[in-house]
Amino acid sequence: MWTATRATLLPLRAHRSISRRGLAQVADISNIPPENDKKFTVPIPDTSFETYNFDPPAYSVETTKNELRQLYRDMTMIRRLELAADGLYKERKIRGFCHLSTGQEAVAVGIEHAISREDKLITAYRSHGFTLMRGGTIKSILGELLGRRDGIAHGKGGSMHMYARSFFGGNGIVGANVPLGTGIAFAQQYNDTDNVTINLYGDGAANQGQVHESYNMAKLWNLPVIFGCENNKYGMGTSAERASAMTEYYKRAQYIPGLRVDGMDVLAVIAAVRHGREYVKAGNGPLLYEYATYRYAGHSMSDPGIAYRSRDELQQQRANDPIGNLKTRLVDWGVLTEDEAKSIDREVRNTVGQEVRQAEQMPAPEATPRILFEDIYVPGSEPAQRRGRTVDETWY
Amino acid sequence: MAAPRLFRPTARLLSSRLASTPLRPAFRQSACAPSVLRSRGYATEGGPKEVTVRDALNEALAEELESNQKTFVLGEEVAQYNGAYKVTRGLLDRFGPKRVIDTPITEAGFCGLAVGAALAGLHPICEFMTFNFAMQAIDQIINSAAKTHYMSGGIQPCNVTFRGPNGFAAGVAAQHSQDYSAWYGSIPGLKVVSPWSSEDAKGLLKAAIRDPNPVVVLENELMYGQAFPMSEASQKNDFVLPIGKAKIERPGKDLTIVSVSRCVGQSLNAAAELKQKYGVEAEVVNLRSIKPLDVETVIASLKKTGRLMVVESGFPMFGVSSEIMALSMEYGFDYLTAPAVRVTGAEVPTPYAVGLENMSFPQEDTVVSQAAKLLRL
Repeated sequence: MWTATRATLLPLRAHRSISRRGLAQVADISNIPPENDKKFTVPIPDTSFETYNFDPPAYSVETTKNELRQLYRDMTMIRRLELAADGLYKERKIRGFCHLSTGQEAVAVGIEHAISREDKLITAYRSHGFTLMRGGTIKSILGELLGRRDGIAHGKGGSMHMYARSFFGGNGIVGANVPLGTGIAFAQQYNDTDNVTINLYGDGAANQGQVHESYNMAKLWNLPVIFGCENNKYGMGTSAERASAMTEYYKRAQYIPGLRVDGMDVLAVIAAVRHGREYVKAGNGPLLYEYATYRYAGHSMSDPGIAYRSRDELQQQRANDPIGNLKTRLVDWGVLTEDEAKSIDREVRNTVGQEVRQAEQMPAPEATPRILFEDIYVPGSEPAQRRGRTVDETWY
Repeated sequence: MAAPRLFRPTARLLSSRLASTPLRPAFRQSACAPSVLRSRGYATEGGPKEVTVRDALNEALAEELESNQKTFVLGEEVAQYNGAYKVTRGLLDRFGPKRVIDTPITEAGFCGLAVGAALAGLHPICEFMTFNFAMQAIDQIINSAAKTHYMSGGIQPCNVTFRGPNGFAAGVAAQHSQDYSAWYGSIPGLKVVSPWSSEDAKGLLKAAIRDPNPVVVLENELMYGQAFPMSEASQKNDFVLPIGKAKIERPGKDLTIVSVSRCVGQSLNAAAELKQKYGVEAEVVNLRSIKPLDVETVIASLKKTGRLMVVESGFPMFGVSSEIMALSMEYGFDYLTAPAVRVTGAEVPTPYAVGLENMSFPQEDTVVSQAAKLLRL
């Protein structure tokens, strides 16, 4: 179990370009069956992982043609959803905060395809893709962003606060969701369920004290949690190197085994999370994963994302696009033709376009005290009165 | 390294405090006998019984742990050490390490963990050794616990109880002696209770644990060793007090004194002195609940007496008494025959030296003299 660290001192970007080159080398289509639902194994590049006191996953993933196409479709769907949100924001229809995950789709999609519906997931504020993967519909997410009554949180939460079954948000305070995720894993252990919690945060949050408090309790009590640092290289507008004394985030809980995953490769993410899930479920205690990824957009809509990074860097990263990465391989492997890919793109674009229109048709919450004051407390346990702006607006 | 630990309540501090109270045998009894068994004993014997606040809290915890498998207690030294103030005494032996859990001294972390477990459907009881340390975790209490049900559009409840000693403590200086009633009382989505007597303690803590919302239970360290009579009904394991209802501890017609937690006792003593010295009948209202606040009871009493005084130990600015006086303007102005007054903690970080400390918190004579002034006696 405690294998030697795969020593690598390569900086992240070098690591990524290697992984991109690696992709071409692993194409091996000899075992791909004609049936869409028959399982087969696809290889992943041997540069996909860096380990810390942890055996790496197998450098291959068992999958089906249907699943591979679904991965492509899911990532495209998140991309389109985010682009739609981007457009609506620029039309001033979305208010306040809106954090886009374009570039990071492989993390949300890969994790979802590696866990079960009973496994739990919690993340920070870049949450649209996860909400979709955990079962939120496009229109309920867009409806929420538009502040509509039929939004996923009835227009009460907005971009950062969306919840679904086995999905605990959508949390707006950097780092604060990590103890929550640890508590969710605690509940799984307490209830003796055979499941894990995926506990996600960013490279910025990795420096928060309570993240380290969570590592400690998780290891101390052997909780079934996979901490996941989505390292998109920038905590808001500050690069990881300028904020962290040590940027190998998968090594930062020294007593917890870690794994750095190429977060631009959805298959590598699946391989890593499936492997980690089995390890954690076997009672081996927590893991610390780092998903090396990249955010194309700025931190939020108010950040054009160019003050702290060069256009060259952005262009270079876009060349390593997670959707393009997968598509190239699927086409190479004969799982998907260019035409089929285009038709998926078109279908996704149409679907999202339709759902945007439906979301825009949703009514806003009625501006009445009943709607304003509902759900502050669990129904049936509300206080006798809640005060409005004036004594006359007190709600009984 | 060890220095900060010394500021946490130590066994030595605790035992010296206990030694000075005549009620130690009662405490000992609770330490040895499982609470529910003892309360059953009471029930068959019948009649009221003297019980300390500490034992009442212990009994509430034991009964709720017994009846609801989703509840568990976690906090610093709650298990093996039996609780810094022994409120959780005997619970580890009775319920085992799965349900009574010692945490590292990392408030933000374990408080967040408790909130997360509540989001996942458990009913955690999170003890802070004192609420002074909960400031490390106040983001989790407010942003994670109190707001999530609303932000989720009502799909994500959070049934968690935060409890521990709050407010005035003796000789521990500024960082360990502060009242947080106003802090938590201002937050929509939280409920906040603050018991004075043993019945309060048991009934409110049980109500807090059963309530499906996040509830903050602000106890007082100096009350733990005090004994109060508990009625036969309150000794039973189905005894629960409603959150949001005040109790009139002493009826009167000349002056309403609204108070909470330890200051209720001081107000009652002051009322007795007012009666003895001036023949004045002061009505003492024990708020019991900070949020929701029982506006109805306060205003009804004010209408009856025409005079209002608030006694509490928080900082004066933007405090519980400020809120009650504002409410008296909104709902009771026409009934007041004199301006309402307040007796509060002083606007000062709590000093260590005893003479200065006494000047920082309401004393009985402060209450008596202010009441006399209000009544122009």
